[in-house]
Amino acid sequence: MPQVFPPSANTLSRVVLFGLAAGPAAVLGTMMLLVRSPLQTQVGVVREQPVQFSHEHHVTGLGIDCRFCHASVETSAAAGMPPTHTCMTCHSQIWSGSPMLEPVRASLKEQKPIQWNRVHDLPDFVYFNHGVHVQKGVGCVECHGRVDKMPLAWREKPLTMQWCLDCHRNPEPHLRPKEAVFAMDWTPPEGSGLEAAETKPMNHVEVGQLTNCSICHR
Amino acid sequence: MAENHHEAGGDSKTPVLAPGHDYASVTRTISDIVLERAPDWRWALGMGAGSSLLMIFGIAVAYLIYMGTGIWGINAPVMWGWAIINFVWWVGIGHAGTLISAILLLLKQQWRTSINRFAEAMTLFAVACAGVFPLLHMGRPWKFFWMMPYPSTMALLPQWRSPLVWDVFAVSTYATVSALFWYVGLLPDLATLRDRAKNKYIAMIYGALALGWRGSARHWARYKSAYILLAALATPLVVSVHSVVSLDFTAGVIPGWHATIFPPYFVAGAIFSGFAMVVTLCVPLRSWYGLKDFITDRHLDNMAKVMLATGMVVGYGYVTELFMAWYSGNPYEQFLLLNARPFGTYSNAWRFMFFCNVIVPQLLWVPSIRRNTAILWVISIFVNIGMWLERYVIVVTSLSQDFLPGAWADYSPTKWDVMTYLGTLGLFTFCLFLFVRTLPAIAVAEMRELVHETHIEHAPHAASGAHGETA
Repeated sequence: MPQVFPPSANTLSRVVLFGLAAGPAAVLGTMMLLVRSPLQTQVGVVREQPVQFSHEHHVTGLGIDCRFCHASVETSAAAGMPPTHTCMTCHSQIWSGSPMLEPVRASLKEQKPIQWNRVHDLPDFVYFNHGVHVQKGVGCVECHGRVDKMPLAWREKPLTMQWCLDCHRNPEPHLRPKEAVFAMDWTPPEGSGLEAAETKPMNHVEVGQLTNCSICHR
Repeated sequence: MAENHHEAGGDSKTPVLAPGHDYASVTRTISDIVLERAPDWRWALGMGAGSSLLMIFGIAVAYLIYMGTGIWGINAPVMWGWAIINFVWWVGIGHAGTLISAILLLLKQQWRTSINRFAEAMTLFAVACAGVFPLLHMGRPWKFFWMMPYPSTMALLPQWRSPLVWDVFAVSTYATVSALFWYVGLLPDLATLRDRAKNKYIAMIYGALALGWRGSARHWARYKSAYILLAALATPLVVSVHSVVSLDFTAGVIPGWHATIFPPYFVAGAIFSGFAMVVTLCVPLRSWYGLKDFITDRHLDNMAKVMLATGMVVGYGYVTELFMAWYSGNPYEQFLLLNARPFGTYSNAWRFMFFCNVIVPQLLWVPSIRRNTAILWVISIFVNIGMWLERYVIVVTSLSQDFLPGAWADYSPTKWDVMTYLGTLGLFTFCLFLFVRTLPAIAVAEMRELVHETHIEHAPHAASGAHGETA
């Protein structure tokens, strides 16, 4: 009776055995990487907007405070997108003929809000509250990055639940004095006594309850 | 040793292997079913029925995923319906396979030899059928992997205190170990099929599956220790798996569920229903495929005895439940067990369950009934039905009338419940007939060992003469 398999089958069988182990591991590993990659998290991905609004120009160039446009950030759950009227406080006079600002003028003329594309869009089963974070001393930079250096807006952090929980479990490294919340370039002053461990009692943060489901998933 | 001699069939009792067989005849009879025999009308009928029901399963599952679990008859108090009943029923059926292949191996019971392969296959297919229900009865089955511990971007792990999470681990471990045990047992037989195959491509398929089994003494030594180790692993596994399944109920606070007797009583019920299913399938299989020399009346007799023994444990469970309800003085438990079950909405199910599981198996005390294949087969059908009803009674009656009368509601299944159940019967039948056609339904190598042992029993001096291995 002839041999069923040629000697090359030895190599083939080793390759198959390796594939049986490595194949599923590779598939699972790829999936784990993909959900953490910008493809899923959109970190660093610039989103197209109807108007090419530059935070860099308005914050670094003109020195406008965050709260001038995002007016409700200290008191309400949503930071608020500025209405067309906010743009028009200046742009009715400045660059009033600029083609780049045509959608803004059209919005005012037609009384239709500008359709901005949300960069930070959480699912609706997550109740994020801006006000409480600002009041407890979480700076804008902690979550949104150096917005003053973004010509166009992108997402700086992945907004995954793990990222939220990392901070809710150990908030100290991310807290600052309340007066520094809107400062873009703030760092803890050397030897000022404002070490990380002290920011928590300073801002009355109670860590024990911060990871309950009902904090976010109401 | 006298008992062992007894088992090998040297005395007046029906032997576990009909006389007159040698290595070649055993090998030929079993492997010809796969390699030589053309599929006949019986196989076509079984496969046709199996695949038709499998298509119904596809329709039921597709519609379920499209519409949601609301297409089933479940309602607010009775949130677990046929899906969980069938899950427990199928898992239970699987347990006899492991009992036969692992526990009887540890107990050195020779009569397991000719039924173990087939019973293990039955385990695998029953676990496959069982496994679909925990997935399907989730409202969002596509999130099933949240039951697994993995480093997710949500930083969440499963709730380790829930028996439903233990189920995931119990059933997936059980499926994996059963499959491994079955495959390890198949290796020498796949080599036999490889060597007997006349078609080159068929030889290549079995040859690839046999992983280069050459049957050397070293192979056999390692095979034997691996096999016995797997059996020793599978034995506590089989007991714990159905105990974990029983904890789905007994960890709850519901009257009729919160009973500490459930783990052993569920395991006994599982073996009871599993052996009933083995008998149900063995009887037609051995006559259709001419295997009466291997699966003898002695096997059926022994299986009937196991059914009787486990059936008595199940009956003891029923009586204990009733006694403890009365003895507890708990009005909710007394209402459920002494009033709602025997006299309430579902009293017919309860009574028929009692009849099937406690009254009917008493016939098995009579040796002539145990040896009457037709009657034994009918009894095994009754037990299958009765054990399904047992799970129905536990799940539905306990939920439909518990603590708050304001939250009572009756349960009745919809056609989609029925179709899903029939669908899993189809999946089981489909796999079973596929298995019978493509793999040896009886362990060839172990049967040759049995021939060897029988020869030694009969003529110790001739043993060396009967040594020639036929591949």
